[in-house]
Amino acid sequence: MTFDALAGVLLIPALAACLLAALPGYRLTSRLNVLATFLTFATAVSLFVVEPGSGPYLLVDDLNKVFIVLTTFVSFTTSVFSASYIGHEIKIGRLKPTYVRFYHAMYQVLMFGMNLALIANNIGLMWVAIEMATLTTVLMVGIYRTHEALEAAWKYFILGSVGIALALFGTILVYMAARPVIGEGVDAMVWTVLVTRAAKFDPALLNVAFVFLLLGYGTKVGLAPLHAWLPDAHAEGPTPISAVLSGLLLNVALYALLRFKMLLALNPAAIAPGPLMVTMGLISCVFAAFMLYRRRDIKRMFAYSSIEHMGIIVFAFGMGGPLANFAGLLHMTMHSLTKSAIFFAVGHIAQVKGTQKIADMGGLTVTNPVLGWGLVLGVVAIAGLPPMGIFMSEFLVVSSTFARQPVLVIILVFGILVALGGLFLRLNTIAFGEPRGPTAPADASYVPMFAHLAIVFVAGIYMPPALVTGFQNVARLLG
Amino acid sequence: MRGLSFDIAHMLAGSLVLVSFMQLYQDRLYALLNLFALHALVLATSVAWQAFIQDAPHLYLTALIALVFKAIVIPVALHRIIVRLGIHREIETVVGVGPAMLLGMGLVALAMVVMLRVTAEADPLAREDLAFALSVVLLGLLMMVTRRNAVSQVIGFMSLENGLVLAATGAKGMPLVVEISVAFSVLIAFIVIGIFLFRIRERFDTVDVQALDRFRGERR
Repeated sequence: MTFDALAGVLLIPALAACLLAALPGYRLTSRLNVLATFLTFATAVSLFVVEPGSGPYLLVDDLNKVFIVLTTFVSFTTSVFSASYIGHEIKIGRLKPTYVRFYHAMYQVLMFGMNLALIANNIGLMWVAIEMATLTTVLMVGIYRTHEALEAAWKYFILGSVGIALALFGTILVYMAARPVIGEGVDAMVWTVLVTRAAKFDPALLNVAFVFLLLGYGTKVGLAPLHAWLPDAHAEGPTPISAVLSGLLLNVALYALLRFKMLLALNPAAIAPGPLMVTMGLISCVFAAFMLYRRRDIKRMFAYSSIEHMGIIVFAFGMGGPLANFAGLLHMTMHSLTKSAIFFAVGHIAQVKGTQKIADMGGLTVTNPVLGWGLVLGVVAIAGLPPMGIFMSEFLVVSSTFARQPVLVIILVFGILVALGGLFLRLNTIAFGEPRGPTAPADASYVPMFAHLAIVFVAGIYMPPALVTGFQNVARLLG
Repeated sequence: MRGLSFDIAHMLAGSLVLVSFMQLYQDRLYALLNLFALHALVLATSVAWQAFIQDAPHLYLTALIALVFKAIVIPVALHRIIVRLGIHREIETVVGVGPAMLLGMGLVALAMVVMLRVTAEADPLAREDLAFALSVVLLGLLMMVTRRNAVSQVIGFMSLENGLVLAATGAKGMPLVVEISVAFSVLIAFIVIGIFLFRIRERFDTVDVQALDRFRGERR
């Protein structure tokens, strides 16, 4: 195989994982981690310049280019945040040096898994990659070895495996549907081949397959009622992992779902996947919005907010059509950037306060102004207030679907408003009022957080025409 | 010959469902473990038979993996873990044996209805295999739901994976990638589980998942 950018986004994390597993010393490895993720990001961007051809195993098209660049970008900024976060964890003795070595190696394996899932041209390979990403995150969630971390990791492992098992069953069924048309062997699992022949597949088999895939990958997306693992996994793992889970891994599972949705859309006799996705999206959005009110743990609260936003995104993609797809894609990008920025802030806040309990935090804007206002900005963005990018994308979701399904959209808007109330109620305690808890200044890296927020802010006001056309192309592709 | 080979494949896949049922009402850990070994053995035989009638030599490898890894290595290892943890007591089931069996029968009926209806045009062998495989998957899920003990949840998960292997081999000509990956995932799953079991032991002195529930994530 000749070396091209596609091989690059896989090889760099793979090599880095081996290297990081072998090297001692926190300073060196955390820098290497940043370097490796940056190189991966640069390679991913080069996909826009030179587009390598798709083979039987790897594939690149407009859809996954967007996902890869987003994934590698957020993993790069997260690795910068992770360097200062993990530095603090070592200082207070929460992580032992051996675990840090393990952590960095796992971080790269996770990148490898996610990138492979995104560029796999084979439904089996994609499944393997998502399973791999899941297992690495299980290990990372349990890394603190506290009661809560173990419970969270166990729950995540069991629910994640069940989800992934159902997804495999769905994958096998898709192969069964494709076999009579395409013939036995590898070709019947290759996306590019499947797409051209999908119209002739047995619709009944495809329907059942999609139900399994929706339940399986839907568990990984965190759709209610399959979301039970998500808040625990976010709350108990290291915060960089919460950022990667929310910002990226959920997207990767969503990507898998979208691919299968495209496949079903090509078969006129199969059920329309839209209504199923719309239903699950709405349930997730409204359910998670109400759950925001009872949260006492700050990371857990933002985990529920992720469920809410994944609900909105799945709703938009479920509605379909170029406009709603565009809105869904934009919302996904904005959510990834904003939510990881929030987790960067939350990670440092929890380190300053020495706790994740909301009741023990207060007056952050006075005691730690940069962190406090950073969090305020992030919450303003995630709640969907103007002028931030999420306001734009939520507005687009609502306006592009209102004419078609007014009742459903009213439910969605209700969910968004309820969530807004919940978020601000808690933000009020955390950011303003009497200072509570320790007030030592944080040794934090603010750059990643503000870089993300700046992008979200700019996107709310001005979108470069090139980006808009790019997203429009993808939206058309999604059908 | 066609008729006989079909009958044998049918019988083996059916036995897998039967062993799944036996696991469902088994309330002692050792017996459950032995039944899991039997489950894997039946699976290995079934896969080997598929390899023979489909004339697909790579499936023999899958059968071998199932035999060595799932029928021998994992049961032995789990056996040792159980001994070391001293938890060979009775399993507490959340749902009683009667309701669990009824639920299991309902799930098998569901699997039959769903799969046989949608695969009307597929060849009969693949149809039956898929229906049985879905039954095994659902029974594995049921077992994971009805047990509290971490070890028996893991066994439930592994018998669920056995169902997936059955489905993958029933789908004629499915590329090897997936079979290896299934075996691979079981391997990783086992490592993860192994680590977790020891960590759970280290922290709680019990493998009863109910004990974990005391440490609700939502700390008050």
